[in-house]
Amino acid sequence: MSDSSISQGAAITLNKLTKRYGDATAVDAIDLNAEPGEFLTLLGPSGSGKTTTLNMIAGFVDVTEGEILVDGKPVYALPPHKRNMGMVFQHYALFPHMSVGDNVAYPLRQRRLPKSERGRLVADALNKVGLANLSHRMPRQLSGGQQQRVALARAIVYSPRVLLMDEPLGALDKKLRDSLQLEIKRIHAELGTTFVYVTHDQDEALVLSDRIAVFNQGKIEQVGSAQDLYERPSTIFVAQFVGESSLFHGLAVDHGAGKGVLSSDRTLHAHRGDARTGAPAALVVRPERIRVQSIDGTAPSGNAVRGRILQEIYLGNSRKLEVELGDGSKVLVRESAGDVTANRPGDLVWLTFRAEDAVVLTSNESPDRPQAADDHVPVFASH
Amino acid sequence: MRKPAARMWKGALWLFCALVALWLAAPSLIVIPLSLTDKPSFSFPPTGWSTRWYTNFFQDPSWVGALASSLQVGALVAVVATIAGTAAAAALTRSAFRGQQTVKAILLAPMIAPVIVVAVGLYALFLRTNLLGTTLGFVIAHSVLALPFVIIPVTASLNGFDRRLESAAAICGANRWTTFRQVTLPLVAPGVISGALFAFVTSFDEVVLSLFIQSPYLQTLPVKMYASVTRDTDPTIAAAATLILGLTTVLTLTTTFYIARRNRVR
Repeated sequence: MSDSSISQGAAITLNKLTKRYGDATAVDAIDLNAEPGEFLTLLGPSGSGKTTTLNMIAGFVDVTEGEILVDGKPVYALPPHKRNMGMVFQHYALFPHMSVGDNVAYPLRQRRLPKSERGRLVADALNKVGLANLSHRMPRQLSGGQQQRVALARAIVYSPRVLLMDEPLGALDKKLRDSLQLEIKRIHAELGTTFVYVTHDQDEALVLSDRIAVFNQGKIEQVGSAQDLYERPSTIFVAQFVGESSLFHGLAVDHGAGKGVLSSDRTLHAHRGDARTGAPAALVVRPERIRVQSIDGTAPSGNAVRGRILQEIYLGNSRKLEVELGDGSKVLVRESAGDVTANRPGDLVWLTFRAEDAVVLTSNESPDRPQAADDHVPVFASH
Repeated sequence: MRKPAARMWKGALWLFCALVALWLAAPSLIVIPLSLTDKPSFSFPPTGWSTRWYTNFFQDPSWVGALASSLQVGALVAVVATIAGTAAAAALTRSAFRGQQTVKAILLAPMIAPVIVVAVGLYALFLRTNLLGTTLGFVIAHSVLALPFVIIPVTASLNGFDRRLESAAAICGANRWTTFRQVTLPLVAPGVISGALFAFVTSFDEVVLSLFIQSPYLQTLPVKMYASVTRDTDPTIAAAATLILGLTTVLTLTTTFYIARRNRVR
């Protein structure tokens, strides 16, 4: 709302950034960049290296190899207090011996701003987070959500060009998380600051981010928009970590312009895929793209797999079915409330899906069951 | 059926505790009536009351001088031991280095090492370095004894301190020294203050070391009292003891209340 605080965000570039602790590699030569003003989320399970990466950007953790550039300039020589970044921590990290106002004014005090200027900027920042009249309270008198707003105000009060957030909503309950997500999104839009946001919560990442970098075991699996990750996952890990996926295991085969997955009893087709022919692979489909059809009718054409419904989970706006396939593996099917079929747990069913909704990806793990026998010749279903 | 029995046991427990408390405190408290006697010798229970031994204390330059020396040495020890002890506690809690446990053990050793041994060693050392009977000598000797009493509470405070606050201060633009002054120190202040108090009291009532390093020109109050009790049994010594008791009690209570209030405000 205030014109003076609009700052242009900085560009951040990570080049082959690596962090090793003894023999353990926490972050493994990652390349990543954030555009000025972008909301970039580092998403991954715990121990995947996302927080270490954030702490290296902040300067709290030394870089083993590689470099961090902010607006093209390396920052390795700068200690955290000279990097001029804002940061919000998971457990707020408010100074308990200072009032809300003094907490928010703290970065301004370090920058030796005159008192009058400080007062104005503090009021401004507290306004932005909706806590205009709590300036005199002590942190312990506030709720968790309010404390995190104060922490946010403290991080934006000096208009840093980079704002780092380390699971800032991790300690809050679901409702509060949802409303604060929207506020963070609004504040990002208002400020134009580059946000780097760490979370293990994929829903949060989807709501907030311009782009998401998915971390796994110290490496980045894929970087892209929420839509890219959901609709065009490039690895099985991404497919399973971002949203739900159903996997059909087998060996990759070529199929016209697309790819297929072959297993002992069937060949399934996908329009996309990068798995090497002959390698263990999985065909990945989102559960809502799969249809369930009673086994009694005529055998469906196209991609079809037989299975038995194990259980149904009622979710209000949809129902989820867990289906066991002939090879013993289990997949999920989601039927939205308007399209619920009459199939019940225990029923034998056909699962069908379109080739354009499927992608064939290399699987690192061996499939759940033995590979196709040697004598089995790839057979392509006719279209 | 159980209730009256429980009440009886509770009563017995109270009585027992009161007896133990009396047992612990009585020998100290007995100096108060002793100091207020009107006889020129120790008489208990007192037969008459008088404040003449207090007058005597404050009119005798050797007693007042000893009190002044004790206050001066105690204050200096509090400053020296608090600064050194806080720095040591910070180093011991913040960093991991080879031989850390050994360093810690050495720093805490004065608490368990027999004082008489330390005293003999210091005497030999001070004899060579001409520190016997000097304020500097007293401050050095007492600081060694006081150091563990600072390190222990400050270490406890630092262990309970959330180090993420230091990261938060750093990202706000505060360098390490500013962070320590503005964030860490105010939050571990209760530990530092108790440490300073312990250091002062350790110095203020130290006898054994002081007897070795005293000189006729520089005596602390306990040394003067010891000399006095071996020469004459004049109740002035009881007046001195009461003053020490009063001073340490007031100091302890103020600090306790101050820390309790701080914790409530937090």
